[in-house]
This record gives sequence, C-alpha cells and structure tokens, in this order.
Amino acid sequence: MGDITYKAGREPHPREKRLIFRNVDREGWDTSIDCAMKDGGYEQAKKALTLEPKAITDEVKTSGLRGRGGAGFPTGVKWGFIPPTNTKPVYLICNADESEPGTFKDRYILHQDPHQLIEGMIISCYAVGAKLAYIYVREEFPEAAKILEKAIGEAHEKGFLGKDIQGSGFDLEIYVHRGAGAYICGEETGLIESLEGKRPYPRIKPPYFPAALGLYMSPTIVNNVETLCHVKHIMEMGGEEYAKLGTPRNTGTRILCVSGDVQQPGYYEVEVGKLTFGELVNDVCGGLKSGRKLKAVIPGGSSAKVLRADERFKIKKGDDEVEIGVEDIPMDFDTLMACGSMAGSGGVIVMDDSRSMTWVLNNINNFYAHESCGQCTPCREGSLWMKKITDRVVSGGGTPSDIDTLAGVAKNIDGRTICAFGEACSWPTSSFVAKFRDELVASTTEENAGKATTPEAAAQRRYLKAEPVA
Amino acid sequence: MVNVQIDGTWMQFPKGTRMIEACRQAGVEVPHYCYHPKLTSPGNCRMCLVQMGMPPRLAPGQEPEKDEDGRTKIQWMPRPAIACANTVADGMGIRTGGELVDECRRGVMEFLLINHPLDCPICDQAGECRLQEFSVEHGNGVSRFVDNKVKKPKNVDIGPRIRLDDERCIMCSRCIRFCQEIPEDDVLGFTDRGSHTVLTTHPGKKLANDYSLNTVDICPVGALTSNDFRFQMRVWFLKETPSICTGCGRGCNTILGSREDEMYRITPRENDAVNSSWMCDHGRQEFQLLSNERRLTDPLVLGDQGHRLSSWSEAHQTAAAGLKLLGPEEIAIVASARMTNEELYMVRRLAAHLKTEWVDVVPRSQEGDDLLIAEDANPNSLGAKLVLGLENPGAKLADIKAGVEKGTIKAVLAFDENLIGAGFEEASLKKLAFLLNTHLLANPTADVAQVVYPSAGFAEKRGSMINVTGRLQRLNQAVQPPGQVMENWEVLRDLIQALTGSNGLYMIEDVFKLMAGEIAAFKGLSLTKIGDLGVALLETEEKVPLLEKERERVAKGLIVG
Repeated sequence: MGDITYKAGREPHPREKRLIFRNVDREGWDTSIDCAMKDGGYEQAKKALTLEPKAITDEVKTSGLRGRGGAGFPTGVKWGFIPPTNTKPVYLICNADESEPGTFKDRYILHQDPHQLIEGMIISCYAVGAKLAYIYVREEFPEAAKILEKAIGEAHEKGFLGKDIQGSGFDLEIYVHRGAGAYICGEETGLIESLEGKRPYPRIKPPYFPAALGLYMSPTIVNNVETLCHVKHIMEMGGEEYAKLGTPRNTGTRILCVSGDVQQPGYYEVEVGKLTFGELVNDVCGGLKSGRKLKAVIPGGSSAKVLRADERFKIKKGDDEVEIGVEDIPMDFDTLMACGSMAGSGGVIVMDDSRSMTWVLNNINNFYAHESCGQCTPCREGSLWMKKITDRVVSGGGTPSDIDTLAGVAKNIDGRTICAFGEACSWPTSSFVAKFRDELVASTTEENAGKATTPEAAAQRRYLKAEPVA
Repeated sequence: MVNVQIDGTWMQFPKGTRMIEACRQAGVEVPHYCYHPKLTSPGNCRMCLVQMGMPPRLAPGQEPEKDEDGRTKIQWMPRPAIACANTVADGMGIRTGGELVDECRRGVMEFLLINHPLDCPICDQAGECRLQEFSVEHGNGVSRFVDNKVKKPKNVDIGPRIRLDDERCIMCSRCIRFCQEIPEDDVLGFTDRGSHTVLTTHPGKKLANDYSLNTVDICPVGALTSNDFRFQMRVWFLKETPSICTGCGRGCNTILGSREDEMYRITPRENDAVNSSWMCDHGRQEFQLLSNERRLTDPLVLGDQGHRLSSWSEAHQTAAAGLKLLGPEEIAIVASARMTNEELYMVRRLAAHLKTEWVDVVPRSQEGDDLLIAEDANPNSLGAKLVLGLENPGAKLADIKAGVEKGTIKAVLAFDENLIGAGFEEASLKKLAFLLNTHLLANPTADVAQVVYPSAGFAEKRGSMINVTGRLQRLNQAVQPPGQVMENWEVLRDLIQALTGSNGLYMIEDVFKLMAGEIAAFKGLSLTKIGDLGVALLETEEKVPLLEKERERVAKGLIVG
C-alpha cells in the first residue's frame, strides 16, 4: 500500500490489509478502464486466458477461498460441482444483491472499482467455462448499475469482453440485471428465478442445485461480488501465497462492515481471523462510545445469532479446548461458527448498553417479515407472527408468555423451510430469547395476559362470557 | 430397485420413486397440501416433512455398523426433509412419525391456521377440507395466536364459474400450477409477498378456461369455490355415486354428488386410462338439464285437444296400435348415440320385432381440444355402431328423411333425439301416420308426436357406454327420476311387450347378459365386471391428448403421474 495515497480522513487503518479495497477512497482513482489499466488492471485476466481453465480452478481451491456472501462455502469446490458430462451452456452470475442488514462492502466495489469485479468475472468465467455472465444488482444501487454498464462497455472496447478475448478464442458477454427491491433475490435460486423473469421463489434443493440445474436449467455458478474480486488476487498471488493470508481454513482477507455503537463505524479489510472482535472494536474502530459498555454483537449480518458481551465460549485451539470471551473471538468463519453464530456477510453490528434488545429484535423482525417471499409456510407465517409479537411487546402490550411463544415460533421455522431465509429470520429471535430472556420478559407485563390487544380482539371479546385465564 | 426402510420395515421400490409415493405404497399417508401427483412439486407447504436417514459415509477402511437384520445402520439426519419432491435411494430410511416429524406437522398446522379465517360453519369446503382434516390429526387444539389476522380480499370474482376467498388461501399454488401445466392458461399468480401474498388473476384476464373448475377440486381449502355449488349443500350430506360424463365421447369418470334425489355437483374421478384426474367445465354442468323447467315427467298422448298426460300402459297401447297397422318398410327408428348400450340393445330388439331396416342414430360433432373434449359430441357412438350394427352412423338418415317426405315411411320412432333439430321438417313429420318421441325435455318433435315418452337422464339410470377410445364404462344411478319417468330400457321393454306380448326381462343385468350372448365384443362381460374404471373393449386409433402430454411429463420426471 506504500505508494498509494488515500483521500484525507479515509485512510485505511494500519491493521488493515487491503486487496479488494485497495482502490476504495484512493486519491486520483476513478472508475474508468484507463485508470484501472494504468494500475495493472486486466493483467491477471490476460494471464488467466493463457492457462488451462482447470489450472485456475485448482489455484482457487488451493487458495482456500470461501464465499463472502454469507455461507462461507469454498469457492473452488463450488465450481467443481458442474457435472463433468455437462453439454448445456454454463452461466456465471455475480450476486450483487447485497441486502443483509449491516452489510455494506459490495457497494464500494461496484461504485469505485467496477473493473476489478469484471476482471475477476472474466477469470472465473474462463475457469468454469461460462460464456455468458450476469451481474444481478439490487434495485437500491441505481448508480452502481450505470457504472457497471459503462465499465462493461469500456472492457468491450479494449477487447476484454466479447468475441475472442485478447486473441484467446474465449468469448464472454456480461450483462447487468437490476433487481426490483427484494431481499430474497440474494438467495441464489431466488436470484435465478428472478433473472428468468419470475417471482424470486427459491427452488427446492434437491433437485435444483444451481451448479447442475441453475439458470434456464443449466449449470450456473453464483458468486458474491467480493468473492469474484478475490479470484483476481488469487491469480496475481498464486493460490498458495494467497492462502498464507489469514489463518488456516480461513484464508485471505475480508471486508468487515462495522456498524452500531463504535467510535468509527465503517468498512475494514482485514486478514481473516487475524483480528479478534475486541481488537476490531477497540483498536480498529476506536472503541465504544464514551462511557458505554458493550452489550451485544451480531457478528455477520442481521441473520447471524447475537452474542452477549459476557458470554463465554469453549473453542478448540489446536488439540486443546480453551474458554474465551466475546472480545477474544477471532473474526473468522470457523470460530464464529463454533461460538454459535456465523461470519456471514461480514456485517458486524455492535450494540452498547444504551440499546434495548426488545427494540433491536423488533427492528430485525420487521425487516424479515417484510422480506419473506411467502412461498413456504413456516417462514411466511412465522416471520410476520414474530413481528406482530415484538411489535406488541415494544408498544407495551406484551405478556411474559409472549416470549415463550416467540421462541416456539422461531423453533418451528428453523430448518423447515425451502431456503436459508428460514434460519435468517428465526435465528435472531431464537438467540435474542435465549440470551436476553430476562430483558425481553421485563418489557412485558403480567396484567396484559388475556387482555384484548387490538380493537378487533376487543370486539371479539364482547362475546366471551368471562375473560380467559392466561 | 432400491431398498428403503419405512417406519422400520424394509421394502423395495423402483429408483426414482418419490418418498411420499413410496410411503403411500407402504400404506402410510404422508399429509400434504401442495403436492399433487399430476402436477409439479414446489415443496412449499412443508406439511410432508419426514425424517430421512442414509447409510453413513465411511472413512476408507471403516466397516459399516450393521443392525440385527444385517443391514447397514441408518444415520438419521437432524433436519427434516420434504417427502414430495425427494426420491428414494438405496439404504434410505424414512420415519413418517416420531418426535421431530410430529413437531414439524404441529408447527406447520399452527402456521397455516393463524391467518386462516375460522369460518368453517359457512365454508363450502368444510367436510372435505384438508386443513380441517389435518387439524384433527396433527393440529394443536389451541391457538397461541392473539394478534390480528392478515386481511385480504374476499368474494373475489376471478372467473365466470369461480369465486376466490384470499383469506382462506394457504398459498399451496396448486391452482396456479394446474393452469400453467394442464390447460396452459397461465392466468393465476401470486402478488405481494410474505404473509400478505394474495392469489389473483393476471390484470384484465379471468380464470375462464374450459377446465377452470378443476382448480376448485384441487384447492385443499375453501379459497376457490364453484359459483354453482357454493352455499347449496353441505358436502357431508352428499351421496357420492361413481359414474361417467355423457357430455361428449371422452367418457370422463365422475362422481355424482346428490342428496335426496337432487343432483348438486359433478366432480372428476381419477382414471388414468381416460381423464387422469380432470374433467372439463361443460361436463360438470350436465346435471342442470335434469331439473330443467322443460323436463318431461309423464307419458303424453296426442288427442284432439293437444297432448294430455297418460299412464305408461295407455301410452304403450297407443304406440302399439299405431305401429301394428304398418309394414316393416314403413317404420323407421332414429335412436341416439347418447343412449346406453343396454337401451340401444332394446332398440335392436324392437327393430327386430318390427323387422325394419331403417335404424340409425344422429351423429353429432363439435370442436374438440387438445386435452379432453372430444370431437364426437355423442357419448356412445361406438356403442351405437356395435349394438345397432351401424357401419357409418348417420348414413341412413338422409334416406329416412326422404322416405318421410315421400310418404313411404309412415311411422318414426325417435328415441332421445329431436328430429327437427336433426334436419327433419316439421311439416313432413306432421304427415306421418305415427310419430313417437322419447326425450328428456319438451322439444319440437315431441310437439307433433302422437306419443311422447319421458326419458331418464344420465344420473337417473344404469347402463354402459363405449367411449371414443373403445373403453366400455358404466353409468350409475344417483337419483330417482321425477314423475312417472322410468329407466329407458324398461320403457323399451314395455313397448316391445305391448307389441309382441313377450316378457321376461326384469333387471338391467339380464339385458347385458342377452347382449353379451348376441354381440361377440361383450362376451364374458357383465355390468359388474366392467367395474368403476371400465375395460378396454375395442381397439381404436384414438388417443387422449391430455394423457399423451401427461406421459411426456412423467417421462421427464416433472410429475409422478
């Protein structure tokens, strides 16, 4: 990073390791292809096109790269799922539907460094044999779509897209497709349905695993924006060298989006697992707001399970089991999972003791009730039910038994739905109830039991002889 | 074949069998809403969740653990799986009960009910509602839901024959998939999202295709109701009589719903050799003719003052007297390919007694479609050909007509046909020495007939018919005919008796027996042997377009079939 200067006040923190965000907030940087090419842009694509596609996939496998969209699935392995006997066209889709609350990394790549993404996509498409690729951009990024269209046009002009790219014989077209404002379009099979022009109802898996039966029932690879950008850097560094970044099984860098009650919220690209949560908050983000104590953190976007500040976790360190607190958790995939949450999409939401957990949960429930696609029963009915309960609790109409109901509803959603939205909407509730039960119960009143909570209920109660026993 | 353990018992199934179908074959019904074997499986209701297990993945050199039967122990998965869309695999285990599965079903039932209006007392689906049924079997009994239900459109006019109650809809999408996949009329869809999702028609379009009422049948709840049937009768009072549709030559298998000699509805009955699980909307309305205000209910004899009610014996005596004076060449019989084989056989006997060669039926064709509606609008053309020995039905009609006009034919017996509608002139019919008309309804031919016999409708009689593909199928009686109306074969028997004095047939079974003795194709058969699904009797070139399409979809693995 030595020769790069960043805009004043936007300099990376010394503990950052900027690969993907190398050019974000960079002084004198713009989104033109000339700017990108002066900085070595498209060199990796040129190099890749001289290699065997399989060699690239192997490098990606060696790198240990795991998807940055939320699930953390190894990217090279995902690419390997395309059936070897396939005769249909292969598609690659860049998932730029970044919509997990608390996550704001892909938007900076799209807005400030579109050519990095396009280069990563050229390499990835060549590796998986895709001649047609789509960038599915969420509706709320209209500017990003324009920037991408312009960048794709420039890449065409310079011969990095279209027929016979750089004389390699490889053809590739990339199209930008704009969503219409639905969180579920970030789910890969929902995204594919949407791209096909239908309602984004996620598909059942089996049989519709995208790598075999994806877009137009053809093999399709869906990768996150950040993931595809990493492919460029793996080409540059070599898989083995890349794997030295971060920690074993949790390689490379990743962008953490820190929001909430810290002095300096923002995006920070760090080596995976090289930083504990405590270091992230206290060192990188300048600590909590003055006079405040840490209460809770959601470490991987709003669907990740909440961690309580005073929780203790038992994790494996080598062959030993050690007990650690929240501040000691290294921000990697495996440890966060071992602690009962997940690294998810990198959205770290920090909450101090000024926050009402009831209010926070209600806010999250509102989001998921609004975004449930409604295809399958548990999520469709459960997400709105949980919202209605927390709405009532927040407005003072809750009873202690509501908290049990919340937990019961969440349990009835988890693991029983078509897609991962079921977990996404139930995990906040189940973890908040498990970890902040007393606080939630304290926001309810025993006297509310059996009371009419709404005018409709009041009207119905006129026909009851006696108030029911709670 | 693969070995699968279902609720502890090992069984074999062909590869590719859906788990839900394997369970059904094993005698276990897995509850479900969205799954329908004739439609694609979206797996959205989550009611069919079961516990699934597979043989464990072994490390190299590791020996699998065996149970007492010597089979590899199943590793049960902690997460449930849908039984409708997943197929069986070798060594798989399925648990259709137990703590996990019961909990899943209770959970889904609770979810489906929290926003469902509990208007069962006024809901037409009550009594055949899967939500009610599974509530009893898998529900909670009490609700934890104390908040307001979601409000949605009610009593929505979505087509000429169907109403929609969006609050009752459980969003199983069966109706949407039916419209997309069977009539290929993609007019239904969901709008809005989450719990606010509503079923609706495409803007400016209606659910009006010829098969729209099938959506009412497959709707597991009372969201889609038939305009005809809604609020008419509680379904548990309906007597269900298996029969066939006589609307065209297809012979779709049906269930006649009746109560106390009144018909209330016709619904399709599954027969994978005829109509799959579907039928057209026209066929369902056939029964309304039975209560038509022009319905004939008594024999009529023409006197000086016009027609007057008579007894059967007077009518038969009048007919016999009218016919006895004439020679064989002077009498023509115009029967109908809407009559049953048994009725046609009695016509054949009557023709034999009268020794007339002038026997034909009125052909009737319509525009068919590429699903079920046949071009032959008569339900029993093949039966008429076979029983009456007609090579080309309708071929003699022109000659009969000419004979009537010339005066060489002096008497016509028109069974279940309106001759004036079939091209005969009223004036020439008036010249006849004798005209007999049997019909369901008052009609212009009956107006000028000396004797009018009332006919029994398709739901008021028994008998058999042969559909366009050559399948012999059975008609059953659901209701008693009105007034003095008798089954038509009995009327014909009595007419023959009045003419000849012969006797001896008391049961329709005897008619069939005689017919089977005389007509080789029926040999060895009886009404009982035909059974509810019919038997393939004649070889024909005719294919059922709907079934051909269905076979293609089964071959692609899209549906179970």
